[in-house]
Amino acid sequence: MSRFLVKPELPYCKGCGHHLIVRNTVKALEALGASPLDVVLVTDIGCHGIVDGNFATHTVHGLHGRSVALAAGIAMGLPPEKKVIVYIGDGGATIGLQHILEAARMNADLTVVVHNNMLYGMTGGQPSGLTPTGFRTVLTPQGYSLPHHNLPRLVLDAGAPFAARVVGLGDFSDVLRQALAVQGFALVEVLEICVSYGVKMNPDLRLKELAQEAGYEPGIWESPARPAFRPSRRETASLLDMPAVPQKYSSPLEGRMALILAGSAGEGVQQAAELLAQAAIAAGLHVTKKGSYPVTVGVGFSTAEMVLSRDPIFYHGVPQPDAVVVTSADGLANQRERIRRMTGGVLWLDASLPVPETSAEVRVADFRGRAGARNAALYALLTVLRETGVVPPEAFLETVRESPIGRQVDLSEW
Amino acid sequence: MTMTLSHSHPVLIDGSRLIAEACVRAGADAYVGYPITPASLIFFHASRRFPIALPAPDEITALQWMAGLSAAGYLPVSATSFPGFALMVESINMAYMMELPMLVILVQRLGPATGTATAGAQGDLLLLNGLISGGYPLPVFCISDLEDCWLLPPIALQTAVDLRMPVVLLTSKEMVMTQESFDLARLSEIAPVHRTVYDNPGPYCTYDPGDGLVPPFLPVGNDRHQIRLNASTHDRCGIIQHTSDEAMANTRRLQAKVEARAPVLYHLDEQEGAQTLVVTWDITSGAAREAVMTLRSQGVPVSLLIARTLLPLPTVYLETIDRYPRVVIAEENHQAQLAHLLFGRRIPPHVRTVTAIGRMIRPDEIAREVVR
Ligand code: SF4
Repeated sequence: MSRFLVKPELPYCKGCGHHLIVRNTVKALEALGASPLDVVLVTDIGCHGIVDGNFATHTVHGLHGRSVALAAGIAMGLPPEKKVIVYIGDGGATIGLQHILEAARMNADLTVVVHNNMLYGMTGGQPSGLTPTGFRTVLTPQGYSLPHHNLPRLVLDAGAPFAARVVGLGDFSDVLRQALAVQGFALVEVLEICVSYGVKMNPDLRLKELAQEAGYEPGIWESPARPAFRPSRRETASLLDMPAVPQKYSSPLEGRMALILAGSAGEGVQQAAELLAQAAIAAGLHVTKKGSYPVTVGVGFSTAEMVLSRDPIFYHGVPQPDAVVVTSADGLANQRERIRRMTGGVLWLDASLPVPETSAEVRVADFRGRAGARNAALYALLTVLRETGVVPPEAFLETVRESPIGRQVDLSEW
Repeated sequence: MTMTLSHSHPVLIDGSRLIAEACVRAGADAYVGYPITPASLIFFHASRRFPIALPAPDEITALQWMAGLSAAGYLPVSATSFPGFALMVESINMAYMMELPMLVILVQRLGPATGTATAGAQGDLLLLNGLISGGYPLPVFCISDLEDCWLLPPIALQTAVDLRMPVVLLTSKEMVMTQESFDLARLSEIAPVHRTVYDNPGPYCTYDPGDGLVPPFLPVGNDRHQIRLNASTHDRCGIIQHTSDEAMANTRRLQAKVEARAPVLYHLDEQEGAQTLVVTWDITSGAAREAVMTLRSQGVPVSLLIARTLLPLPTVYLETIDRYPRVVIAEENHQAQLAHLLFGRRIPPHVRTVTAIGRMIRPDEIAREVVR
């Protein structure tokens, strides 16, 4: 018995082609001089998947169709001298086709052996994506009507350096040996007939003729070698290497102020609010800021909700804002309902906009005219600070000056 | 930078950044991500910080890669939201059965289905309770504030390693995407997760727990012992079984280890004379804290329980609730999911629920229910 097996009797039906795949795999591994613990056999769901117990290698028995992705994860975590082999059926290859293509594209370091017996054997002989046209199954007694996937061609297109198809008769261990020697992704499709369901429904078919008629051309196809995908650990810097915001100012704010800044995407709304948040910290306040914008971030409204507070903020929702600052029509449309519901507070509105229905005090100012669309949000916040003093305007100006946009805006004009 | 800062170090920060940094400091070494709002900010930070960060082509692949990396000895993390999490469910079951440590951060958003990607929610608790086919418990911890973003990832990772299993860290959109002023000096040092591998020369069976409940770990591909990982029903050695006694004992052990060893984490702030206990979790914890502070300042005594271990549901929650004549449970979903977990469909009359969808629950809603 081979050192790769712990039990020579395989668990398959008599005459099942899976026997030959195991024998040829073992022969190929022996030819490569591997030792059992250098090999990880990852099996999918299907008759082939109950073979784990026969192998002396590491074995991993996963989910239906997902074995290639699972094996890719294992291969990423192991050194190149370890061999990761996937046993998968034609059904598993169908449900997991994307995993196969992605592993090929990445050049994951594994060898996929597709047991293509042209139907789902374990569940009673249903057709798969590899069932050839005309092949009769329990669900298609008149013959299957669709063409089959061409796996070797698909994986080569996806970037695999090696793909092969063999008719699963006799000794095909050398093809498996070549596949296993590849540094990177290799796929070998082995054609078989399931003696229990395939032969029963297609008694006259012979494997070789079936392969020929179906256009299942045997062969080996190779692409230029490229490095196998194997991520290496890198050194990274702490995410907390953030400069402290020094408290250089003080704020007269006693309680809490909820502020909404609403404008248009691309007009620096989020950045302006973030700078105000920094300035508020510099003035000794607690602050929260959240952004809201449509999924198409480059167009439409952009709204920032902020809470500034003397005391720690545990709840940072803004059901009733104290201040709403609107710099564009997009912002007004987005906040119109909330502005309508305001029973107090102040609405700062750009002069270009119609005054909406509200019980809030309305203050109109020419933000866009004074600062341009790009900086209207910044200028509007500065205006609010000058009029309320909730954060000293100098604190805000200093924060802006020290930020990347400080170089782009001529603050002396403001 | 060490985290024992003696001076205050105020910054504007989001919870996602703290979570990613805490995971890495605790020893998580591989992040596998697929972008989804509102978990993408964690992906962004993790991509800059983790020793290995991999963008996966979909969430099924993400979980499978994590399982593979975990089998090889890595400690992987991913973050997602319901639509992606739904794709992960079968693979989380696989990792559960294979006993592979990993952390999945579930950032809740408004459902059902795609729902509203940019609206928060606390709607996935009932989904997690019963996630494992057969009803086996999955440890679920929940973040209630920025400090928890720092404290809970290491505990969740240690639990994943100690119990050899996937662990879920639950949070929500407003928790991980809101920027807040925060003093970094409040963060304590994080010790890396303590992890051992089997190093005896003797025979090794992948799922033999010895005298304990958790089998010692050894990575697949090692040179000393054969590893057999199996998502199907299996015996102590990982060999597929139908329903043999040994296999059923192994399956029962999966529950026993969680019940015996999953940490119970909560915050209980009891006030003398309080007749009402406010119970909450996740983002509503902030509103509950404010409500409790306001009530106390008005002379209304009230107690507060913030649940951090959500699953398996700690019995201490019911024991605490039993001591109060009135209970208010506040959570941002339509069903009062924690209340249902605690009481089933028959919520007792002395237990009031405060719920909302599409917006955060306000402190005044909770306070009003307390004094009603
Ligand atoms: S059912 Fe078909 S595929 Fe399965 S072992 Fe038998 S012959 Fe092989």
